Amino acid sequence: MTDTAVSARAGSHVEVDAGHPPTSTGLSNEKVGMWAFLASECLLFGALISTYLLFKGRDEPGSIAPADVFDIPYTSVSSFVLLMSSLTMVLALAAIQRGDHRRTRVWLLTTALLGASFVAGQAYEFTVFVREGMNLRVNLFSSSFFTLTGFHGAHVTIGVLMLLSLYSLSMRGKLPASKAETVELVGLYWHFVDIIWIVIFTLVYLIP
Amino acid sequence: MSGSGPVTKDESTGPVVETPEHEGGTKHDHPGERQYIVIALILAVVTAVEVAFSYWEAVEGILAPSLILLSIVKFFMVVGWFMHLRFDSRLFRRLFVAGILLAIFCYSAVLATFHVWTE
Repeated sequence: MTDTAVSARAGSHVEVDAGHPPTSTGLSNEKVGMWAFLASECLLFGALISTYLLFKGRDEPGSIAPADVFDIPYTSVSSFVLLMSSLTMVLALAAIQRGDHRRTRVWLLTTALLGASFVAGQAYEFTVFVREGMNLRVNLFSSSFFTLTGFHGAHVTIGVLMLLSLYSLSMRGKLPASKAETVELVGLYWHFVDIIWIVIFTLVYLIP
Repeated sequence: MSGSGPVTKDESTGPVVETPEHEGGTKHDHPGERQYIVIALILAVVTAVEVAFSYWEAVEGILAPSLILLSIVKFFMVVGWFMHLRFDSRLFRRLFVAGILLAIFCYSAVLATFHVWTE
């Protein structure tokens, strides 16, 4: 839909490319919806993080504890991978906004691969932890840790699927520059998943 | 329409007031690729500092506040630049900050109820 705007002062017609149909706020409804969704996700992860903090250190002495299992160098590399995927995501957005579809696909695929690497790393970490005796039922720390990081991993997996969908759409020529906002919305979700990991990495892994 | 005040649109339902550009209603100047790369480098360095801090015994006394401060810096850099909250509409900022504040107040109260801060 073409946005034709009328300057209130001059009274002349001016073409406005807002990138979305006219709305009562002047903002994209989809983008407002995405920000509202992300605000609600703050409450979800807030609940999971505070539950972890509440249960941390309340297990019986001798029970498996964070210091027994965490591999900080390994998780630091995973964190770095996810952080860099935020960079490739904004580069994909910048590319589609200037109509460079080849680079858009390159950066979308790179972001998806970095995200998949993070999830694979988490799956490996979970496997090691389970071998060392941790599982969802063994104690409060294990239950809250797997629930928190598992929910985050599920969010990353959904993000990877959305990125691959965008890549597929772009390959079929169904992601023109006029639909750059779709990439921006997926990007917002992706960056949100990244900032949640920034909090989890500090509170769960780095602070003893 | 750069900063020229509210703009109305022709619609079958009548004119609609659009948020002016300085409110982020339509077009925004997002950072360039070089700026994104600089932000990513800063984020990488801050992450390296965080990890180094966690091994450094000299900062053991102030480890938790230092790490929380550094993660807040990273959080706001990603939200401000990569999510464009610095450059987009104030409405987005208000929505997101409302979610964060609600979560912080709500779960701080929950943790206080269980004496997490005092134990």
